[in-house]
Amino acid sequence: MSEASHSVKKYPRILPAGDQALMVEFGNEISPSVNDDVYALADRLSVESPSWLGEIVPTYRSLLIAYDGFQFDYDRVYRELSEFLSADTGNNVGTVRSPVVFELPVAYGGQDGPDLAQVAEHAGLTVEEVVSIHTSVSYRVYMIGFSPGFPYLGGMDTRIACPRLGTPRTRVPAGSVGIAESQTGVYPNASPGGWQLIGRTPVRLFDVTAEPPSLLQPGHFVRFVPVSIDQMVEIEREIDQGNYRVETAELSE
Amino acid sequence: MTRSVTVFNPGGISLIQDAGRAGFQRYGVSVSGVMDPEALLIGNHLLGNEPGAAAIEVTFGGSEFRFEAELVAVVTGGNLQPSLDGTPLDNWETFVASAGSVLRFGVPVEGLRAYLCIEGGFDVPPVLGSRSTHVASRIGGLNGGPLSAGDSLSVGPSSSHALPSSALPAELRHSTTGEITIRVVRGPQYSSFTDSGVGTFLSSNYTVSDKSDRQGLRLEGPVIEASGGKYDILSDAVVFGSVQVPGDGKPIVLMADRQTTGGYTKIATVASVDLPLLAQVTPGTMLKFVEISVTEAQSLMRQRRAAILNSDIRSGICAGNGGVTVNGTVYEMGIQFRRTDIGQSTAGMATVSLPGVRFTARVNEVPDSSIR
Repeated sequence: MSEASHSVKKYPRILPAGDQALMVEFGNEISPSVNDDVYALADRLSVESPSWLGEIVPTYRSLLIAYDGFQFDYDRVYRELSEFLSADTGNNVGTVRSPVVFELPVAYGGQDGPDLAQVAEHAGLTVEEVVSIHTSVSYRVYMIGFSPGFPYLGGMDTRIACPRLGTPRTRVPAGSVGIAESQTGVYPNASPGGWQLIGRTPVRLFDVTAEPPSLLQPGHFVRFVPVSIDQMVEIEREIDQGNYRVETAELSE
Repeated sequence: MTRSVTVFNPGGISLIQDAGRAGFQRYGVSVSGVMDPEALLIGNHLLGNEPGAAAIEVTFGGSEFRFEAELVAVVTGGNLQPSLDGTPLDNWETFVASAGSVLRFGVPVEGLRAYLCIEGGFDVPPVLGSRSTHVASRIGGLNGGPLSAGDSLSVGPSSSHALPSSALPAELRHSTTGEITIRVVRGPQYSSFTDSGVGTFLSSNYTVSDKSDRQGLRLEGPVIEASGGKYDILSDAVVFGSVQVPGDGKPIVLMADRQTTGGYTKIATVASVDLPLLAQVTPGTMLKFVEISVTEAQSLMRQRRAAILNSDIRSGICAGNGGVTVNGTVYEMGIQFRRTDIGQSTAGMATVSLPGVRFTARVNEVPDSSIR
């Protein structure tokens, strides 16, 4: 089985996920093209809206597709989904959305980023260099998971990679921007956490009264923009007054 | 009186839960909802509520609630020794709570979680389409947290067909004592385990650990071997009943408060029909897993639901009032009949006795709202 089978197309493949869901896997790696395939299927399903389609949950390399198992037979959903996948040419599936970059203002260091100096020391760089590297990339939102609105971002420069804290903090403030190994991310809500905190954004990534509740959508991009403490205070005031809009831009390579 | 229930004492933990907050998992929002979906379904069915009307999930017992108005209610799920003003109540049978009466739960004698379902459902403000409480993210329920003493809970408008005397037939009430067998289907990473690992999982006894909670049941037992010792995967989506095996080789069954994604191999998924059993297991309970096909799992869940929804739950004696006009004279009358159907209205024969007259009247339709 295993390695000998590369003549057989391994992906996409449909896996069982209980009596009310199926999983479609497009690969086994974190890569923009695999992630694009996930969102392409999510978009096509949403557009074509087959009668059995329930909630869908896109992740790095797979799409969970829920259906009502009381009403629809597994065999039927499996078959129709297979047809759906084979109708796909498999080439340049691409994503139908135009990539949007959300520019999140971040106050780096100080109280808002208590671990910035440690990250710099670990990297053998200055604090300024770490900020410059961290703000030079548009990060892909591969998926949202773990907690409400939490974006799994990809594309961080590994020069600023840093292990997690030995002892996680019992409370990380909402908006904290952190690094864990070669990942970077933002805590949308206050929670315990072990990431190295390098800064904080005042932007609310998750708001149950917003439609949709998560500012960032899978397939979006994020760019961090350094701001001073004074600018941070001003932005927080605008957010409280309800007249702050996150800057967005088209993705440019 | 205002239609509400006051929390006197939340006991172990009391949470507002409904059928769950589906539809937002792609944004990282946990589904949460009741641990025992069947207990909620039955409670609401007995009351004529919408299937997903919100109830109070009482875990460990010790809770006390006061009814501020006359309300029809039912306790379903585990047996936590409910009593109304000191009189023991039977689970699975609706009762009328008078205004000011107090419902108390004792300690669990069977199962772990009881559901207080009420005509009209508990009416806390819905968040993202659901009233379920997800404590970890402070979403839903009453201000995102467990209930506490003094909380006042509004009750929704009365259903037009709430009946004070309905009960789940005895043969449909299942037991959660002794060793429990849980049916599972193959998980998405089933093939990541060695044959011996799968064999271990399906032939061993696993004990429910006391580190279990609404997020998941941690099980103690033999280590399940993954091929090449690889237990980590790229994080992907999980479902209610996903059986994860992390690096220590001990399975974790993900339950209502699970996070939306997880990074461990999933060997199996619990068949929906057996989730209610897992919702009620106490630490120390011994579990065995057996594999069935997805088609079989679907057939079992459908049979079970049909048995519940089609069962003769509304067979109580119902009483109503009406009037008969005989030769221009209106006679008030009472009607008593045994209700056997489940429609929105009731038809049947009623025998009516009037002074000097005896006849049988046909009752074509009695709106349920008149039956109290």
